[in-house]
Amino acid sequence: MANTPRFYDEMFGTGDGPRAPYRDYDAWFSGEEVNNLRRKSMQAEALFRLTGITFNVYGMGEETERLIPFDIVPRIITAKEWSTLERGIDQRVRAINSFLHDIYHRQEIIRAGRVPAEMIARNDAFLPQMIGVAPPGNIYTHIVGTDLVRTGENDFYVLEDNARTPSGVSYMLENRETMLHMFPELFSQVKVRRVSQYPRSLRRSLAACQPPACSDYPTVAVLTPGIHNSAYYEHAFLADQMGVELVEGADLRVVDGRVAMRTTRGYTPIDVLYRRVDDDFLDPMNFNADSMLGVPGILDVYRAGGITIANAPGTGIADDKAIYSYMPEIVEFYTGEKAILKNVPTYRCSEPEALKYVLDNLAELVVKEVHGSGGYGMLVGPAASKKEIAGFRAKLMAKPGNYIAQPTLSLSTVPILTKAGLAPRHVDLRPFALASPKGVEIIPGGLTRVALKKGSLVVNSSQGGGTKDTWVLED
Amino acid sequence: MQLKISHTTSYHYDAPVPYALQQLRLRPKSRPDQIVRSWEVKIDGGQRQVSFEDEHANTVELISFDPGVSEITVHCAGEVHVTDTAGVIGKHTGFVPLWLFERSTSLTAIGPQVRSLVAGFDKPAEPLDQLHALSAHVLEMVPYSTDQTSSELSAEQVLSARHGVCQDHAHVFIAAARWLGFPARYVSGYLMMNDRVDQDASHAWAEAYVAGLGWVGFDISNAMSPDARYVRVATGLDYLGAAPISGMRYGKGAENMLVKLQVEQQ
Repeated sequence: MANTPRFYDEMFGTGDGPRAPYRDYDAWFSGEEVNNLRRKSMQAEALFRLTGITFNVYGMGEETERLIPFDIVPRIITAKEWSTLERGIDQRVRAINSFLHDIYHRQEIIRAGRVPAEMIARNDAFLPQMIGVAPPGNIYTHIVGTDLVRTGENDFYVLEDNARTPSGVSYMLENRETMLHMFPELFSQVKVRRVSQYPRSLRRSLAACQPPACSDYPTVAVLTPGIHNSAYYEHAFLADQMGVELVEGADLRVVDGRVAMRTTRGYTPIDVLYRRVDDDFLDPMNFNADSMLGVPGILDVYRAGGITIANAPGTGIADDKAIYSYMPEIVEFYTGEKAILKNVPTYRCSEPEALKYVLDNLAELVVKEVHGSGGYGMLVGPAASKKEIAGFRAKLMAKPGNYIAQPTLSLSTVPILTKAGLAPRHVDLRPFALASPKGVEIIPGGLTRVALKKGSLVVNSSQGGGTKDTWVLED
Repeated sequence: MQLKISHTTSYHYDAPVPYALQQLRLRPKSRPDQIVRSWEVKIDGGQRQVSFEDEHANTVELISFDPGVSEITVHCAGEVHVTDTAGVIGKHTGFVPLWLFERSTSLTAIGPQVRSLVAGFDKPAEPLDQLHALSAHVLEMVPYSTDQTSSELSAEQVLSARHGVCQDHAHVFIAAARWLGFPARYVSGYLMMNDRVDQDASHAWAEAYVAGLGWVGFDISNAMSPDARYVRVATGLDYLGAAPISGMRYGKGAENMLVKLQVEQQ
């Protein structure tokens, strides 16, 4: 198992055998034929194709629907490691919800001088329409997908907080389902915590955020932009798994002071709407007037207490990449505790000194758009050509405030199964947290994304990454 | 001064409307110098769905059209007692941070026309004098005229057209005041013109924030600060945030709007 010593491999250390968490898995793996596993791997792919789990990739000329490759070697996390991650995410999610409430009310954190007012004032994700609005239970971000990376035995960093509409949870569930189906015996040899409770937990958590107008058991629905959205499969999957309706904007109307969906029995009011439509498109009367995907008047009903929107409009202010750089202060300000999870050191290019450093060191840094996501519009210095760096330099100098930069992290590796056997590839981890007035629940597991290209550090599925099943071991 | 107001807005459509919503900002704000003694909003052809207070403390009502109507009428009536404060509204209240009023909107975007307007007048040192001078300068550059082509012109477009109505004046003033560093906002409301009971339309003016004094009103079109004949109904960053009625409608067919407004002293 040759591994470049520069990176921490989670399965194989410098010693002879596998690291402790992978010992049982390795024992099983050693008894399997590689060719047989390769065949199983292809079966898994066929299975995914059958269930229809696909993903549209943007920026490839036309929208191409394709499968995200699945690798059958699991990514394994010990109970002890998980317990730290869990506490860290819980703390962060609580801090983010407090931050959002504060930002849309008294803005104490700005008065205290911990976050500069410009960070909010110049931010398009800040929605004036949310000022003074207190959502049920003061929960703004109900579903969070914290992106984590690992660089060493005990070194986990939060890369992004994905507090607006994190996607990918369907892969967490489908990957496990597939592994259980293909290797049932493996799960009797290794004790892995289950993740299949997610849809039930999601529904329970959403229902616990019922609006004041709801008097009965809350009716939950999932709002999708429609079949052309890249994550449509996930929207349909989650609605199905929760046993709730999947709706589009055109199915909904304002009736009797509520947002109601058309059913065979007439209009039924929705209490909690898990929306997978971006703020801008959510309500043509209150936001982008050209939107055909949204529900006119839903924000008015929301502000009057007639519906819960999850995640709340305006939540994006907390997962902006420039705000991210203030997360250690934000966590401390609202929880009174030091942040359990580390932030990646971040250079805010809006600051002249930081900009100078970034321009001088472009070849070593990762530069990202403040509002970007999905790995688009970013520069990975060490992997970029001179021409790409020059092009990016021009963009950066034209609008420095649009960018942040971070050191290129030595992302840990986990082996994938290749024709030649196991080979290390870089990974990240997105666990999913659910917040309600009853607390924060974090499903033991998550989505492990893996860069399939040798040496690549970009794990985004839109950039050719794959996924792995993520195992959290029982204590 | 006690003002009696009756304000009726009717919409007529060529074809029955299957589904439509309107947002109303038609309830005057109550404050020590503006006491709403009575106020009623009646809707013919539609239903009140919800009401809430927005971030600028405007009371907003969402109404839906009754299915298939081709006419809807919103009728407001009431009495408001106003005290003259020479346009001074006073200290800023509520959760909206003052910097929000320095934010440009599409209707108040600052471009070359606004910048050249600001560069083109003598600016007294005192902030309040500066704003009065700006108000006079806007009226000089954009004389009042009702032959306009569009109802939602941006400040830049108004400055190109070189004439406008109260809404246009307010937008130009707001954009210019922000460019000068003053937080500024749009006000929609009623004005009793002295010589008549039947008013042409509801009125609009602007407010700017002056340190030490607070919010101060400027009626650019009438070259004065609001007095006891002015009723403040709604405020916002621009017309869109303070519009008396805004809406969306499914279905085709032209819309005709008719406004009847009476403001008289009791």
